[in-house]
Amino acid sequence: MAKEPKKEDLLQSISYKAPKTFWMDTPTQIKPGMFCWGAKAKSMNVVGMPNARDWNPAEEDWKLPENWQEILIEGLRERLDKYRSLRLFLDICVRCGACADKCHFYIGTGDPKNMPVVRGELMRSVYRKYFTTGGKMFGKLAGAREMDLQVLKEWWTYFFQCTECRRCSVFCPYGIDHAEITIAGRELLNLLGLNIEWIQGPVSNCFMKGNHLGLEPQTIVSNIEFMVDDIETLTGIRINPTFNRKGAEILFVTPSGDLFGDPGVYTCMGYLMLFHELGLDYTWSTYASEGGNFGFFTSNEMAKRLNAKIYAEAKRLGVKWILGGECGHMWRLVHQYMNTWNGPADFLEVPKSPITGTVFDNARATKMTHIIEFTADLMKHGKLKLDPSRNDHLKVTFHDSCNTSRGMGLLEEPRYVLKNVCRNFHEMPRETIREQTFCCGSGSGLNAGEDMELRLRGGLPRANAVKYVHDKHGVNMLANICAIDRATLTASMNYWVPGVAVAGTHELVANALVMKGEKKRETDLRGEPLPLPEEQTNVSARAVTEKAGGEANV
Amino acid sequence: MPTIEFQGKQIELDEDGYLLNLGDWTPELANHLAERDGMTLTEAHWEVINFLRDYYAKYQIAPMIKILVKEIAKSMGPEKGNTKYLYQLYPAGPAKQACLYAGLPKPTGCV
Repeated sequence: MAKEPKKEDLLQSISYKAPKTFWMDTPTQIKPGMFCWGAKAKSMNVVGMPNARDWNPAEEDWKLPENWQEILIEGLRERLDKYRSLRLFLDICVRCGACADKCHFYIGTGDPKNMPVVRGELMRSVYRKYFTTGGKMFGKLAGAREMDLQVLKEWWTYFFQCTECRRCSVFCPYGIDHAEITIAGRELLNLLGLNIEWIQGPVSNCFMKGNHLGLEPQTIVSNIEFMVDDIETLTGIRINPTFNRKGAEILFVTPSGDLFGDPGVYTCMGYLMLFHELGLDYTWSTYASEGGNFGFFTSNEMAKRLNAKIYAEAKRLGVKWILGGECGHMWRLVHQYMNTWNGPADFLEVPKSPITGTVFDNARATKMTHIIEFTADLMKHGKLKLDPSRNDHLKVTFHDSCNTSRGMGLLEEPRYVLKNVCRNFHEMPRETIREQTFCCGSGSGLNAGEDMELRLRGGLPRANAVKYVHDKHGVNMLANICAIDRATLTASMNYWVPGVAVAGTHELVANALVMKGEKKRETDLRGEPLPLPEEQTNVSARAVTEKAGGEANV
Repeated sequence: MPTIEFQGKQIELDEDGYLLNLGDWTPELANHLAERDGMTLTEAHWEVINFLRDYYAKYQIAPMIKILVKEIAKSMGPEKGNTKYLYQLYPAGPAKQACLYAGLPKPTGCV
């Protein structure tokens, strides 16, 4: 594995000076630390991917099929016909450059091919050559070029140096969604067996066992029971969650990282405690045991196949609606694809909170609601007893996940929840949050270990904004609503802003949640001692809870 | 894919040095893999490796770190039941390094 660069060296290596050569003539370098390992034959075979074999991106020979150019160009033709958005986005870019400096990978690498406009040109130039009259006639003069091995390696490098975060699209005057180009690019590369193992492995696990990690049913149950033990130690309350229970009102689906990874497990404990306190009639599933979907980073078809189990399980169990955990890309899929892929789920009802009676009309089509909306609604109706002073040892800021903010507009709910459970909340600068949020730097399946330098570079803009509130306000906790964030921001913070930990929002909810019959809490969910009462200001918890609904404490 | 020769047998590893075929694992191979990193496995290291292997046999995945910590506290005493102790044993991280010597695959996904 490539060695992690020193912080100072990394910062000094970033130069925004363009190379002397024209971009088409600047060769692509596949550098250690900047790419992920190639997909393994074993993982590819599980889901029937073409050209399954072991291969190494760093080697010259990628073991491609003989007619790979033909496959790729035909694949592009098919997608241009199928996805009108793709053809439109390839046609209308005027290369104004508004997107150029908006990409976290460009900011962190200084590599012009990470400007979204140039990343788009990688495909656009090939599109021109084979599908436009001007490109066919005038070639390079018209910005067109042949698809050759050099171009293919360039595609692979830069379509796996984009996290599909869509920050660039916010600034594009035409609204071009460059994630769509990366998505199509990866789909085409997959026709040649050019996926990365960090995506292909989870995809095959998910297909075989229901989740990315490959957790067996007994492992899921055992992990949750372990958390239940910890909750009992903390609160004195024994929780009895159910699994695969027919007739439950609600099916709960969350990313499997919450069932395994640190700090995701604390978020999971938060869900368990909240649901217990509400007496919610819900069940876990060991079959639909993954909210995330790395199939989406492979192809539309693969995403659809993996997503199908959620509705299938809801139907089998006979639940009324589905509640989903804190995840990012999961929600882009639920919000924008699930209904047309695998719906309509007309056997389900429109989600309705059994506690407040609120009907989540925004989920009328999908029948699936994000837990942050569910919890914000509980708080709005005063259904939770909260003691935010139990989070007084934390100074919190909120990182908007790309997909929940830009993909579905969940901007207010997480902030509303956080301000109800924390008394110290500070926003990062406004051009780095909400719909302008910076990516964690490792989304869309790039959160492997071998590409750590790429991740740290891509994570720099977000980390820089965290550092600002860390220095100014002493922020020591970065809250979020995404499992990839929980995993990747932890690494990014350890490197760029030591002293800032990362937590799912429901961990902080559970810290503050006063449960019926609980014993006096000595620690927070992580076992850290709670602040002593004399360290707290003399404000009643209730008064703060009411105040928290008001203005942002920026 | 890289391979190493050990006791007259070709052992296949992945790019990060994990065993490709879990059936290749032997205690001797674990010692050998550690030596390649300049480490000598002591009884304390083996306590972790043995637990990891038993756990894997039952659950088909490495345990989450909280479970490992608790288990070590049980067998080695509460003063050793913390991640600090595990990092002392395995400086590159118990999840990565101990799993590698124990012949377990590394977990993938949102972790």
